[in-house]
Amino acid sequence: MTSLDRKLLRQLWKMRFQLLAIALVIASGTALLVMSLTTIEALEETTAAYYERTRFADVFAHAKRVPEYRKREIGEIAGVRLVETRIDERAILNVAGYLEPVVARVISLPDNGPQLLNALVIRSGRLVDPTRGHEVVVSEPFAEAHRLKPGDSIEAILRGRKRTLEIVGTALSPEFVYAIAPGGLMPDDARFGILWMGRDALSAAFDLKASFNSVAVSLLPGADVSDTVRRLDNILAPYGGIGAYGREDQTSNWFLESEIAQQKNLSRVMPAIFLAVAAFLTNLVMARLVDTERREIGLLKALGYTNWTVGWHYFKLVLAIGTTGVVIGSLAGAWFGHWNTELYTKFYRFPFLLYRPGPVAFIVSATISLTAALAGSLTASYRAVRLPPAEAMRPPSPPSYRRLFTTRFAFSGPDEPTRMILRRITRWPGRALLTSFGLAMSAAVTIMALQWVDAIDTLAETVFERGQHQDATIAFDELHPLKAVRDFENLPGVLSVEPHRYLSARISRGHLTERQGIIGVPESAILSPVFDVSRGRLQIPAGGLVVSRKLAELLRIQIGDTVVVQLLEGHRASFSVRVVQLFETYIGKPAYMEMGALNRLAGDGRVASGLHIRMDAADRSGLLARLKGIPGIASIQFRQAAIDTFFDTMGETIFIFIGFFIAFSMTLSVGVAYNSIRIAISERAQEFATLRILGFTRWEISYILLGEVGLLTWLAIPLGAAIGLALAWWMTSAFETELYRVPLVLQNSTYGKAALIMLASVLVCAAVTRRRLDRLDLIAALKTRE
Amino acid sequence: MEIEDGAAALEARDLMKVYRMGAVEVSALRGVDVDFYKAELVVLLGPSGSGKSTLLNILGGLDTPTSGQVRFGNHPLSFGSERALNQYRRNHVGFVFQFYNLIASLTARENVALVTEIARDPMPPADALALVGLSDRLDHFPAQLSGGEQQRVAIARAIAKRPDLLLCDEPTGALDSKTGILVLEAILRINRELGTTTALITHNAVIAEIANRVLYFADGRIVETRCNATQRAPGELSW
Ligand SMILES: Nc1ncnc2c1ncn2[C@@H]1O[C@H](COP(=O)(O)OP(=O)(O)OP(=O)(O)O)[C@@H](O)[C@H]1O
Ligand SMILES: [Mg+2]
Repeated sequence: MTSLDRKLLRQLWKMRFQLLAIALVIASGTALLVMSLTTIEALEETTAAYYERTRFADVFAHAKRVPEYRKREIGEIAGVRLVETRIDERAILNVAGYLEPVVARVISLPDNGPQLLNALVIRSGRLVDPTRGHEVVVSEPFAEAHRLKPGDSIEAILRGRKRTLEIVGTALSPEFVYAIAPGGLMPDDARFGILWMGRDALSAAFDLKASFNSVAVSLLPGADVSDTVRRLDNILAPYGGIGAYGREDQTSNWFLESEIAQQKNLSRVMPAIFLAVAAFLTNLVMARLVDTERREIGLLKALGYTNWTVGWHYFKLVLAIGTTGVVIGSLAGAWFGHWNTELYTKFYRFPFLLYRPGPVAFIVSATISLTAALAGSLTASYRAVRLPPAEAMRPPSPPSYRRLFTTRFAFSGPDEPTRMILRRITRWPGRALLTSFGLAMSAAVTIMALQWVDAIDTLAETVFERGQHQDATIAFDELHPLKAVRDFENLPGVLSVEPHRYLSARISRGHLTERQGIIGVPESAILSPVFDVSRGRLQIPAGGLVVSRKLAELLRIQIGDTVVVQLLEGHRASFSVRVVQLFETYIGKPAYMEMGALNRLAGDGRVASGLHIRMDAADRSGLLARLKGIPGIASIQFRQAAIDTFFDTMGETIFIFIGFFIAFSMTLSVGVAYNSIRIAISERAQEFATLRILGFTRWEISYILLGEVGLLTWLAIPLGAAIGLALAWWMTSAFETELYRVPLVLQNSTYGKAALIMLASVLVCAAVTRRRLDRLDLIAALKTRE
Repeated sequence: MEIEDGAAALEARDLMKVYRMGAVEVSALRGVDVDFYKAELVVLLGPSGSGKSTLLNILGGLDTPTSGQVRFGNHPLSFGSERALNQYRRNHVGFVFQFYNLIASLTARENVALVTEIARDPMPPADALALVGLSDRLDHFPAQLSGGEQQRVAIARAIAKRPDLLLCDEPTGALDSKTGILVLEAILRINRELGTTTALITHNAVIAEIANRVLYFADGRIVETRCNATQRAPGELSW
């Protein structure tokens, strides 16, 4: 080992805590990056492998009733490889010991031979025997939620008829990685299940002999999805087809893909923040190191070391910090990544999980992190290169403080120690600003993390509490005349009833088209009205379409524009309608019309497809029992259950991530504060020792030392609040999807909490480093330069 | 570059150095002509600010003159090239500074090794330290050495590469007379035993008596040159 390397090692050891603080900031950035990248990789790889092994279909379509012989025509569409027809219906389940009715999708399994597409992965038991109509396979999450196992039986209402089904197996399906009930938002395994039964038994139960109502198609490589969708629509239109769609619009896959997209978003923002701060910290520490080692640098050059060797010497120091950070970060990141991916599998159900990150994620993260650290040290290393060798001959000289007019003016009031603090800050304003900025970034990260709590609360409150007042929403399996709705009003325990009409549709303007159903609501809807997030309940005009802002944005429409609506149900009417109102909502991209008008345009009479009810809490269990037995109900959604699952799903994940980010943001503030204080101590050890000898107390000296950081911390609070707001705004807009718009809501207390967390970490650093002042060796400080 | 005895090892011609600080110009050297001969010991005397250090820095390739020439063994120093200056320092020049300039995080031996690792024909660090009488202090850190010992480590570091030129800027400036004498003895020994051309700056006129030649500086010029008929040994001096 060369003497120069030995010097380097001793330097590293001497500055180990300072360097470790920086390394940890780099590690945080790297860990976040590795975590995101490996999670994305694992989710993509797992999804691809799952879809491939189970032959997940490329195009899906549903209709009312299609004769089986039409299947051949579908198979003849150019580019189609495999076609599988099936029956896909809804049912209400009565699970023993569970009060509320459970909504289920019931899907047929082929009677002869295995599933060609969307093959089930059996998790326990076996597939059904096609000759035994009462056998059923249930989805694994649903089975787990109710502790059902093969051999148990459940009661199902299939088209109004009560049937007792025997569970023979549990399974997972690529179609239900993210399993949500029709109209639901989040998986609710207790209230939504999937049942797979023999085709024969199911076609008998739903009166679909020699027919199907759902078809899945796989395509040859290179086949055009939209072309297949169009042709499939043409074939199914006479049979009540409600619009075919490709894989990207398949509900479960859509959620999965958006989740991966969000993870990609995250992988861009957060690491960038940490690495920017890491660059700043290496800059701070290296600049000061080169400053104090001016004479050594000059000396090395006087002794004949080349500029390059000297520059490389300091560069290696940064390389050591960077590498330490990258190694810690990669290990932690791989661990977090695995954990994060597993977290996903709670909501996204895969039969297996492929977390085997390749080298790419690590190489990318390491390169980015090292580049940031090295970039930060570039100016300092360059200054070392540029320093003339004659520097070695010069005696050490005190830093030159300027006596600017402004400083003279501003500093006339305070006492000497305060004046010293202010002089130092104005002597190195850039450095002071960067220190404040680093601390501000830490507060900003906390604000951004905490704002999710505020935002989620607001979202849930607006959507579920201010926007809706029903206790349950019932969907009928067939249209009911409005008169029949009255029957529900008379059920014991029902306080009020409000009908609604839902129609799947395609809405277009010019060449832009969106698949978006239209909800018909009564003019004076109260239970579930059109609700604008800021204007509240909106009166719905008798004619015309009321469109959510997101849909308006996608179709580029404004109030007064006319759009073309193609209904995909019933008589499949097509009509033009004027957009009369826009409104803002946080979930989905809905469109509303007055129910009577919608019914008329659809060519139906006075009918409803479902209703909202308010119930009397006292009679709740009685009413629920009654509802389980009423024929004609396809599904029931409970508002309270929606709220609960919303918070269950969001809550857990969000709080873990907030914990993460707070830990990271504390690494940030500690990294900045600790380094600033240590640098101040070593730069001013002589000054402090002199002051001690002159009779200043330890506390007075601590004040001079820590006052500087304290002042910069106070400056960081408003700065952090501003950056935090910007960051939160940026995050919410980056995370906007068709499904959610997370509102930008920042409570004052969030700013307060972020400031407190930052202050706390600065205080800890101050307390730890201040002890060095007590141990200040007066003689040594006066002798040495460092 | 071999230099014969009695020939000029180093020649400076018409050296000028002007420091510019904003509008103010300071002329540190105003036309210096000087020759140093092989194995000669020259002492530079003169009031503070007269340009001694400036001259030494230029001769040692640490600094560049505003105008003028330096020839080393009949080759002009190319002040335009940092590489060339670096090679010159690395292979031919040893420096001793007033404030020792040891690397605090390296031991005495390692401080010397810092130079021997990059020199062409160095002596082992331990030998160099033995020459200055520090054989028993090899593994001490600078903080564990007295000022005089630190300065002798600096001398060992300067001579370990067997330089052609040894340039010392007030090597005894920070030392008491007894320690100063030890340091001077070390320098003289190198000068004699290795035949190293040596230039030494001092404020102490008494020290001039150990030199072959004394150059008097004033106001950026050499105002007087005196040859000592006999050199006195450092041990005979006192101040
Ligand atoms: N880097 C510099 N910038 C500006 N002026 C300088 C610089 N270095 C030296 N000077 C000026 O050049 C002149 C000569 O300086 P030099 O250091 O050579 O003097 P010196 O004879 O070595 O003095 P001393 O005996 O005090 O060390 C002085 O007036 C000094 O102020
Ligand atoms: Mg001088």
